[in-house]
Amino acid sequence: MHMADALISPAVGGSMYALSAVAAGYSIKKIHLEADPKKVPVMGVMGAFVFAAQMINFTIPGTGSSGHLCGGMLLTALLGPYAAFLTMIGVLLIQCLMFADGGLLALGANVWNMAFYGCFIGYLIWRAMNGRTMSRGRIIGASVIGSVLTLQLGAFSVSIETLLSGITDLPFSVFIGMMQPIHLAIGMVEGLITAAVLVFVYEARPEMLSLAEAGEKKERFSARKTIGILAVIALFIGGGLSLFASSHPDGLEWSIEKVTGSTELEAAENSIYRQAESVQEKTALLPDYQFKNTESGLGTSFSGILGSCLVLVVCGGVCYVISRNHKKKGLS
Amino acid sequence: MSKLSGAYYEINHMNMVAEKDQWVNQIHPLVKLVLTILYIADVVSFSKYNIAGILMMGIYPIIVFMLGEVSWKDSIRRLRVVLPVVCLLGLFNPFFDRQVVLYLGKFPVTSGMFSMVTLMIKGILTVLATYLLIATTTIEKICYALRIVHVPAVLVTQVLLTYRYISVLLKEANTMMQAYALRAPGQKGIHFKVWGPLAGQLLLRSIDRAGTVYSSMVLRGYRGEFYFEDRGKCGRKDYCYLVVWLVVFFAIRVVL
Repeated sequence: MHMADALISPAVGGSMYALSAVAAGYSIKKIHLEADPKKVPVMGVMGAFVFAAQMINFTIPGTGSSGHLCGGMLLTALLGPYAAFLTMIGVLLIQCLMFADGGLLALGANVWNMAFYGCFIGYLIWRAMNGRTMSRGRIIGASVIGSVLTLQLGAFSVSIETLLSGITDLPFSVFIGMMQPIHLAIGMVEGLITAAVLVFVYEARPEMLSLAEAGEKKERFSARKTIGILAVIALFIGGGLSLFASSHPDGLEWSIEKVTGSTELEAAENSIYRQAESVQEKTALLPDYQFKNTESGLGTSFSGILGSCLVLVVCGGVCYVISRNHKKKGLS
Repeated sequence: MSKLSGAYYEINHMNMVAEKDQWVNQIHPLVKLVLTILYIADVVSFSKYNIAGILMMGIYPIIVFMLGEVSWKDSIRRLRVVLPVVCLLGLFNPFFDRQVVLYLGKFPVTSGMFSMVTLMIKGILTVLATYLLIATTTIEKICYALRIVHVPAVLVTQVLLTYRYISVLLKEANTMMQAYALRAPGQKGIHFKVWGPLAGQLLLRSIDRAGTVYSSMVLRGYRGEFYFEDRGKCGRKDYCYLVVWLVVFFAIRVVL
């Protein structure tokens, strides 16, 4: 899944470098907080292990082909997500420089596609399945699900990055149709190989798998922090990205247009529909996501932000009422 | 030669090539790193129909190959990793972009054919540029350049350690594979029943080795930070090298 330089534009390559740099910066901060000087040599040797292990071909029964283990998933189970992510960056940089596997300009994209998903999303799955109790079945399940999911995300990102770079004339749907199924099969195989190694470690030295867990500073789920992050994302999408919304009809309008020749259905005069429409026109504060009688982009942004806030207030209010009722029932 | 021993040979060979006493090898690593990234960015940013411009960019690898006396044969071997994927994607272009732009005799040449060829040339040039960087600069020097531009020490140290131990673990993995092959002759790859024990043993040995490495590092004064040898600042020769190439890239960009 390593992307070559020729498959990426400087703008996309630069953006992916920036995203990966943020993730790397955060990981470095977390590693420093752990204050474990032994971790750096372990990361270095583990990076070399992943490199060497990925060169071993494991025969896939009944197919005549072979696969290799999923480095990100294995490292995140053994070292935790932050150390694993930094280790994977080292491996990808060396693969790029020494073996032309992935390009220098595409390094940021490759780090994101393989290391970020493998280490961070993989860790979420690993922790969800093995956080409290660990067993052979759970290890196999987490490894397979983690490998499949992270590879699917990676393959999807490759398609998006290639599309945004404008490199190939291949339609996006065809490209996705080629990438995802292939990586589904690869993910299954890589997951099973990773599971075999982790099960061996679990049986030989179980303390190693709990090391990553112990190394991570356990953080309680913070509702305030989560709401804060979601609010910032909502404001960014509602206020910023809404300006770039497509002017083309949506799926339903497109279908209607194909049947009737227009995106809107003609209603009969004096019908209930007309009356309701006139009431809506008089009461709508932001008709068509704009200020009344203007077409400025500010109206679109304002509509996006206001809409996000209203949805937050309504959903938050409903959740609050439900949780209060639950508490009351519990007390009674 | 097995994949493992091939990789081991490749790493050692590249290290020897990079340590040669050629004029290009003496250029400051930061200059070569910056130049390589700018060159790659410049090549990939050419329009997908601009064959002439991209071909002209081939002047950089040709001259650096001559200055550094780097082997063409080794570089072509590296293309085998990248070219198949690039060619596969490029091959679709003539089918989806069928606008005829000129006729060669009676044969119509479409814009999709142009974009296919440029994609392949871009693939070749970018791989060659990265190869020339690593063939004239050791990993240690590249890491030193990364430290100059303030890439965090943890990351750079980790890259160096990974690089240092890759050849050790490749050798170890190769020994294990040879032992396995002798006990299971004629078998391709590793049987699924021993997937876990084989790679797991290598993993456990690696972890134990990491402990030994850490102890030896502490004995030599490691306190959580690596110190890099000062390889001096960029001199007049380095600046000239950078400026000349930037002018060449700019001129190609403007003219074509």
